Amino acid sequence: MKITRQDVEQVALLSRLEIAGGEAEKFTGQLNAIFGYIDMLNKVDTEGVEPTAHVLPLKNVMRPDEVRASLPREEALANAPAREDGFFKVPKILEG
Amino acid sequence: MELHTLKAHELQDKLRKKEVSATEIAQSFLKRIDAVEDKVQAFITRTPEAALAQARRVDEKIARGERLAPLAGLPGVLKDNICVKGTKTTCGSRILENFVPPYDATVAARLAGQDAVILGKTNLDEFAMGSSTENSAFFTSRNPWDLSAVPGGSSGGSGAAVSAAMALWGLGSDTGGSVRLPAAFCGIVGLKPTYGRVSRYGLVAYGSSLDQIGPLTRDVRDCALVMGAIAGHDPLDSTSVEAPVPDYTKALVPDLKGMKIGIPKEYFVAGLDPAVEKAIQGAIEQLRSLGAECREVSMPHTEYALAAYYLIATSEASSNLARYDGVGYGHRGQGNDIVAMYKRTRTEGFGEEARRRIMLGTYALSSGYYDAYYLKALKVRTLIRQDFDKAFDQVDVLVAPISPTTAFKIGEKVEDPLAMYLQDVCTVPINLAGVPAISLPCGFSGGLPVGLQIIGRPLGEEALLRAAYAFEQANDYHRRLAPVGEV
Amino acid sequence: MDYEIVIGLEVHTELKTRSKIFCGCSTTFGAEQNTNVCPVCLGLPGVLPVLNAKVLEFAVRTGLALNCRILPFSKFDRKNYYYPDLPKNFQTSQYDLPIAVDGHLDIEVNGEARRIGITRVHMEEDAGKLVHAGTIAKSDYALVDYNRTGVPLLEIVSEPDIRSAEEAKAYLEKLKAILQYIDVSDCKMEEGSLRCDANISLRPRGESKFGTKAELKNLNSFKAVQKGLEYEALRQEQVLGEGGKIVQETRSWDDSRGVTVSLRSKEQAHDYRYFPEPDLVPIVVDPQWIEAIRRDLPELPDARQGRLVEQYGLSGYDAGVITASRAMADYFDGLVAAGAEAKAAANWLMGEVAKHLNASGQPVEECPVTAQALAELISLVDKGTISGKIAKTVFEEMWTSGKTAAAIVQEQGLIQISDAGEMVAIVERVIAANPQSVADYRAGKERAIGFLVGQVMKETKGRANPELVNRLLREHM
Repeated sequence: MKITRQDVEQVALLSRLEIAGGEAEKFTGQLNAIFGYIDMLNKVDTEGVEPTAHVLPLKNVMRPDEVRASLPREEALANAPAREDGFFKVPKILEG
Repeated sequence: MELHTLKAHELQDKLRKKEVSATEIAQSFLKRIDAVEDKVQAFITRTPEAALAQARRVDEKIARGERLAPLAGLPGVLKDNICVKGTKTTCGSRILENFVPPYDATVAARLAGQDAVILGKTNLDEFAMGSSTENSAFFTSRNPWDLSAVPGGSSGGSGAAVSAAMALWGLGSDTGGSVRLPAAFCGIVGLKPTYGRVSRYGLVAYGSSLDQIGPLTRDVRDCALVMGAIAGHDPLDSTSVEAPVPDYTKALVPDLKGMKIGIPKEYFVAGLDPAVEKAIQGAIEQLRSLGAECREVSMPHTEYALAAYYLIATSEASSNLARYDGVGYGHRGQGNDIVAMYKRTRTEGFGEEARRRIMLGTYALSSGYYDAYYLKALKVRTLIRQDFDKAFDQVDVLVAPISPTTAFKIGEKVEDPLAMYLQDVCTVPINLAGVPAISLPCGFSGGLPVGLQIIGRPLGEEALLRAAYAFEQANDYHRRLAPVGEV
Repeated sequence: MDYEIVIGLEVHTELKTRSKIFCGCSTTFGAEQNTNVCPVCLGLPGVLPVLNAKVLEFAVRTGLALNCRILPFSKFDRKNYYYPDLPKNFQTSQYDLPIAVDGHLDIEVNGEARRIGITRVHMEEDAGKLVHAGTIAKSDYALVDYNRTGVPLLEIVSEPDIRSAEEAKAYLEKLKAILQYIDVSDCKMEEGSLRCDANISLRPRGESKFGTKAELKNLNSFKAVQKGLEYEALRQEQVLGEGGKIVQETRSWDDSRGVTVSLRSKEQAHDYRYFPEPDLVPIVVDPQWIEAIRRDLPELPDARQGRLVEQYGLSGYDAGVITASRAMADYFDGLVAAGAEAKAAANWLMGEVAKHLNASGQPVEECPVTAQALAELISLVDKGTISGKIAKTVFEEMWTSGKTAAAIVQEQGLIQISDAGEMVAIVERVIAANPQSVADYRAGKERAIGFLVGQVMKETKGRANPELVNRLLREHM
């Protein structure tokens, strides 16, 4: 399994990260080394083995449908990099 | 005798006997921090005023004759990925450099409810991704036993602070060894509780199915004390266990008669430093002499744990860290449209290791690779859990190394991520299985501490603490104080 | 070539819980921006979700009402994509193990009954709202309101069993009726609590393979669903007819221009990277609990329509109109329970009541005239106390003043004059005052009597019993 520079660029796009010229090479090399190691999992026979998404035997953890206090708007917006009229403000959205 | 050299339980005793005041204790630690923090660099944020105010409130309670909670007036530190309302919580990242949470993590609220004194927030590898604190966006913390060595990570700031006697106790988080490794490297006690034992609400997520908050302390009794304060069910955490919390200090008996200890042979493999191996073998002999019955067990899937761990942890991380996008909080980069802004924000805001792990996890989850990587890792996780189940059919606890080596030098492994990941080979299986494990010192090599790992059944913290306590009391490692640059 | 239209609908409906799906914030619609938010729904670092039990109950109820199988083991997953209305940049949803699968609902279009398969029903969280300065394309920035973030949603996905725009509309109407009957959603399309996306493709009739589909968005009303699909089917037919190919894409219905337009294809294909939500534990529903919910299901629209036909002899059409909304059907049952005769009740409901509600824009739940009050009015007509014509005036008065029918009739002296003695004097007066009409009548012009009846009604301000007036006029001429 060889990870190409194009793979790295596609993954960076999915992750919303920029990859500078030299970095693409570096990350490609490192990810190949890491996945080269990870590929040892192919040796494990997992036929018929159930995946473990949770280690706990917990199920049906729920809360009653009760309203609890929300944050005062000022606190909700306190960390916002940009705001206007009680809204969070973001640059334009090009996607249709 | 200086107060900061004492243990939490010793100061708890003195406070109750009114031999010292909480204010004196707090002042003593603040003085100690002023004296050695420049060399150790454990703190991202210090909160001396809040600490003194809290200490004064405890003194007032004492004056009024009120009952004190176990941790009341005892100063500690929190890893800077645990949210405290109104106090900056950075996760060691530029992207959260100025983030001030409007809410308390459940552990922070519990500690406040117990009148614990918080001295500050400690350094970590960015978003708890690392084994040395070298991935912190701000600075690298130092090992109090050798200032040119790393304190271990990712909870290195808490480890270094406790080891350098700047705090009685610290909280860290352990996703793949991040409490136990700094405990081992810094010569203190660190516990990774059973998954679900301590609430994760307010702990900034790295690998959600693996993360667990745990204490770092100078001895086992203090570990039991802090565990008692932070453990328990939390309705805000769906993965929190409902089982009642025992009095962990009751488990501390100095003999091991009748205890069955397993030695998983797969943890003693190539790459293990001979000095480390010797210290561990010596510890096993001692455990035997304390009355334990030791036998070798086999956990055949151990070698696959690291690969499975890095797939699961990074996959979860790639999703957990998607929220840092410059919209609601945190750093925002320049960009004329939303996608450009996202990319700039995240590229500027995340360090290299965080970006690497985000990409690794994104790749593992992406279409066409999910079955081969993520799903495969979840299946291997099942096999690893089964290894533990089978081992615990035969024995009460398992004993293994924490790390193949003692603390390495700062800068030694930064260029080779895979070598850094291999540091976690003995600790990650525990997180995959969700079981508890403790790290405590079992010797020294070249002046640096060696960590012993004791692993227990799910919710078997008492057995761990008992074995650790018996071993600790038969030795004097917990009485040694790190030199912090002094000879 | 003759094409067959193939449509599948994806409907999102907001559940009417008090609090959000994973936190305790209120779900109230129309609150000031960013006031129904907390660390959890803002996706702040460190927060964790806890499932609202009511959401699961509503989801199971919906699954059962749509004849689905409830999966014994269900779980939540994360759907990962970046968009500023999604604070965590993933949506907590259900992927491979939704709460309910394999259901159906029945519709009838132009007298033809059709069964539309329901692929799945799953639970998820709603996203926030974006406000653009100007149009989305021209604006320099957008504003984000997270009040709606975390409001519980059900996504209900149909099989591609729908064969026309009309069927699509019928499906959506039936689905809305069912959701309202089981009281899980308000289904207000105008407030966004019911939203619909459509997949539509064409294939040569007889062909079993599906054609390339377009996804249609921005269908904001029942009419838009029908018009948008009608347009899109024509567009595709034209493209295919000219030997062209359908591009798999998302298109938006432009209601003002009456066309669908292609949304610029996204920067890259989506790769949602679904994986199990580690912060929520699996759902394992108890079969006994499912049965209890099934037992508690109310009578659903089809059954109720059947009952109205059978029990009261209403026409299938009338019963269908009345049972199209639960509130309407409840109102009808209320009328009958209060003693109104069923057919009269149906006529009043579909006539005056519907007319007034339409004019005022109120839902039947807010009808100012209660079923009890209207039943009293109907009984006054039945007993002959007032005429049907006067009854309409009385209803009008009841609507505005809130007074009872009896009180209005009493106050305004509207009781029908059925006493022949009292009437004879008036009839004689009218005959005396209109000699020409009387002459016309006697000359055989039957129509003249209508004028004379009108005159009597005028004298009595409509209170006269028309049959009595007619008889007396004839007798006295």
